[in-house]
Amino acid sequence: MSVLTVEGLTVEYVTGDRPVRACDDVSFELRRGEILGVAGESGSGKSTLITALTRLQRPPAVTTAGRIEFHGTDLVGLAPDQLRKLRWTSLAIVLQSAMDALNPVMRVGAQFVDVLRTHDKTLNSKAAWARAAELLGMVGISADRVRAYPHELSGGMRQRASIALALACGPELVVMDEPTTAVDVVMQRQILAQVLRLRKELGFAVVFVTHDLSLLLELADRIAIMYGGRIVEIGTAESLYTKPRHPYTRGLRDSFPPLRSELRTLTGIPGSPPDLRDPPPGCAFHPRCPDRFDGCDQQRPGLVTIEDHAVACRLYPSGDDQS
Amino acid sequence: MLTVLTVLTVRWAFLARRLGFYLAAAAAAIGLNFLLPRLMPGDPSSAIVEELERVSGQQVPAETLLSIRAIFGNPHANLAQQFADYLRQLSHGDLGVSVVNFPVPVADLVWQALPWTLLLVGTTTVTAFAIGTLLGVVAGWKAGSRLDAILTPFTTFLSSVPYFWVALLALWVFGFVLGWTPLSGGYDADLPQGFSLAYAGSVLHHGVLPAATIVFSAFGGWLLGMRNMTVTTVREDYVLLAQAKGLSPRRVMFRYAARNAMLPSFTGFAMALGGVVGGALLTEIVFSYPGIGYLLYEALQKRDYPMMQGVFLLITLAVLLANLVADLAYVLLDPRIRARG
Amino acid sequence: MLKSWKVRIGLSILTFFVLLAVFGPVVGGDPRANDIQAISQAPSFQHLFGTTQFGQDVLAQTIAGARGSMLVGILAAVIGTLIAILVGVPAGYFGGAVDNGLNFLTNLFLVMPVLPLILIVAGYVQGTGPFVIALIIGLFGWSGGARTLRAQALSLSSRDFVLAMRMVGEPHRRLIFCEVLPHLTGWISAMFLHGMIGGVMAEAGLAFLGITDSGSISWGTMIQAAQQQSAVLRGLWWWFVPPGLCIALIGTAATLVNFGVDEVSNPKLRMARRSVVVRTRKVAEA
Repeated sequence: MSVLTVEGLTVEYVTGDRPVRACDDVSFELRRGEILGVAGESGSGKSTLITALTRLQRPPAVTTAGRIEFHGTDLVGLAPDQLRKLRWTSLAIVLQSAMDALNPVMRVGAQFVDVLRTHDKTLNSKAAWARAAELLGMVGISADRVRAYPHELSGGMRQRASIALALACGPELVVMDEPTTAVDVVMQRQILAQVLRLRKELGFAVVFVTHDLSLLLELADRIAIMYGGRIVEIGTAESLYTKPRHPYTRGLRDSFPPLRSELRTLTGIPGSPPDLRDPPPGCAFHPRCPDRFDGCDQQRPGLVTIEDHAVACRLYPSGDDQS
Repeated sequence: MLTVLTVLTVRWAFLARRLGFYLAAAAAAIGLNFLLPRLMPGDPSSAIVEELERVSGQQVPAETLLSIRAIFGNPHANLAQQFADYLRQLSHGDLGVSVVNFPVPVADLVWQALPWTLLLVGTTTVTAFAIGTLLGVVAGWKAGSRLDAILTPFTTFLSSVPYFWVALLALWVFGFVLGWTPLSGGYDADLPQGFSLAYAGSVLHHGVLPAATIVFSAFGGWLLGMRNMTVTTVREDYVLLAQAKGLSPRRVMFRYAARNAMLPSFTGFAMALGGVVGGALLTEIVFSYPGIGYLLYEALQKRDYPMMQGVFLLITLAVLLANLVADLAYVLLDPRIRARG
Repeated sequence: MLKSWKVRIGLSILTFFVLLAVFGPVVGGDPRANDIQAISQAPSFQHLFGTTQFGQDVLAQTIAGARGSMLVGILAAVIGTLIAILVGVPAGYFGGAVDNGLNFLTNLFLVMPVLPLILIVAGYVQGTGPFVIALIIGLFGWSGGARTLRAQALSLSSRDFVLAMRMVGEPHRRLIFCEVLPHLTGWISAMFLHGMIGGVMAEAGLAFLGITDSGSISWGTMIQAAQQQSAVLRGLWWWFVPPGLCIALIGTAATLVNFGVDEVSNPKLRMARRSVVVRTRKVAEA
């Protein structure tokens, strides 16, 4: 049963003379308790996808088309106060840097207490503080730190605290924006293990966005690869790793050292991500693509499902190419 | 436990360092006050004594002569000796004798004028800060809205207008053309001073226009600063997260955005409070309001050096004290200051 | 930077007043000429801005005042900016004991109440022409700028390229003049602009307080003369309105330039402009 269904999601930035399309026709589905990894370089549209999914986008970003269905309710058209009721109780978020995401002048516990009491009016202050301490305990932070200020915690503690914060109201879906980039590798492993353990205990689904594909191979059930604002390949973690079909996915896989298997030769992807203000015609990847052939600079391939995963590349023709 | 202790020591170390700075600054101000008349050409103390004798038509008493020499320089003593005399004089609260209002001591005149200034400028500074900050938060929160598009350019212009000119214009319109307010003074001179209703009413009547002009030209500065800080703060991750948490918009605006955005404004506010004692110089002059600023102005016009020196010392010390209090309060407002030191 | 309408309008106004200060007195007529036939007259064709109570043409005075006020403003800005550079840059670049001393000095001037201090000094110094006034304003108004420059120099001197050149043994003087200062030009020019406006405003304030020698003509002395002759109480509004408006216009122009520059350098402020918000709403509603 699916928690989240995204269909044709398109987000544009309305600056300058013409709109910049940062998310283009993005569709995917997320099942209960599933972890979907979204990987892409900076500028691939993954950050835009996060703010669009969580309905936190601000001018000049606008969702111009598409639906985000959460248990059958379309979040795109939802009134603000309706949306507010869903927030955190159903849909929570963990941001990239916990240092910036926690209010620097409020005690850590108080930032749990205010959200707990907003969504549960019957909770009194004492009980809310106790619950905050309990939530911190869940990620291995001792209860006395509940009265600390964010800057008094270590980087890893802050990051774990913001994960605990996301789980405060028992959400079904947690969107995570590179929550482990600001910490060292050891802490990164710890945090990922904790996320997996908590998911098992609490059963929430995760959209995990990162630029680090190797990390997703460890963590995610399914992975979506974004390039130039579009999903270019989506499938189970295993089939994506063993049989990457899109040349970009292959390049991405081979540019990170694998976490657990034997070493491979690392190769990067030459060139740089497309300028979304002036995207290349046809397939956005064609200027960097090692396998491009006639027509790649004219026709934009749609997603085609082959066996267990879908890919958008003209190497796998579907017959309904868009020009 | 250990971290709590370090946090506390860091906090005290910060405060101790600030206290040290203000003590040094106070010493510098006193030193400056001591040196200024002695650096000037001629012999100010003799000039003052001569002036006193001319004004009063009698010999200056020996005691007054000593006090003037202690403050303005003694041609018969070396500098170290003079400084010791000067400090002894100050420690008794003796600021000398006013030349113009001989033989009233400067300290007495200052104490008389102080409540007027504190009342007028104190209340208006707080009011202007409150109005400006609140409007600034709203304008910044709804940046690009119609309210913001009107309020921000208007206050930009307002904050560029010289204050005394606004005051003159207001005095002309409301005092002269419309005749709603008195043209000068702080109270009705025909009424006996004291706690009578009529007297309080006259104080209020005289104070309304000066107060309104101060608020009118001061709130714009707070508004602009607060608006831009709010616009910047609203895009911080912690405000985004607060919205994602589904908190009420009001809570997000005040507890998350405004609470952080006002930290720089607060420092400015504390400084403005310090400026209260001397800051209303121009207001008091335009409206002939009987406060500290007017006292300084009169002293300047009539070259009443003892008065000038005394008022300046008081203003400086008040500013330093207010800054110290501001630092104390800032430690409470921004927990990070303890770590930063 | 010139793309922002705020910067363009602000710079146009400033240019206008600079031109007025330079060339105005050539065409403006004699500001001191007394027309005894026309005393305290309201604006008319003969005297577009009216006349003072001494029969002087207010328009001619306003134009002459532009030169007086701008001269003091620019001089004060030059002095203030120079001191700010001399104190702020070494403090940030060298750090340590040099920084401790200079920073103490800066903080001292930051907390001292400037206006009363200027009053006292001016009270002792008798007969103050525009040069002395500019000197006093500059001498007491540099501390804010020095603090900014110190912070900038501090962050610059810890950058890799400066550190590397220091290790190679490049002399400090060369590093400061060839590497640090050129990176600070943006800050310094903003500071100069700020100082100039501050100078114009401060001159007006000081003139109003009767400190400036009344022989010189500036916007401040005009307002002061009007106040002295009780122009308010006699309804001679045309005497004190034009100089005040000029000061307000210059101040607004500077604020506009600052705003525009802020928006260019701070994308968060740029996103908050009304045009962006309105355009976004239109797209969202379509």
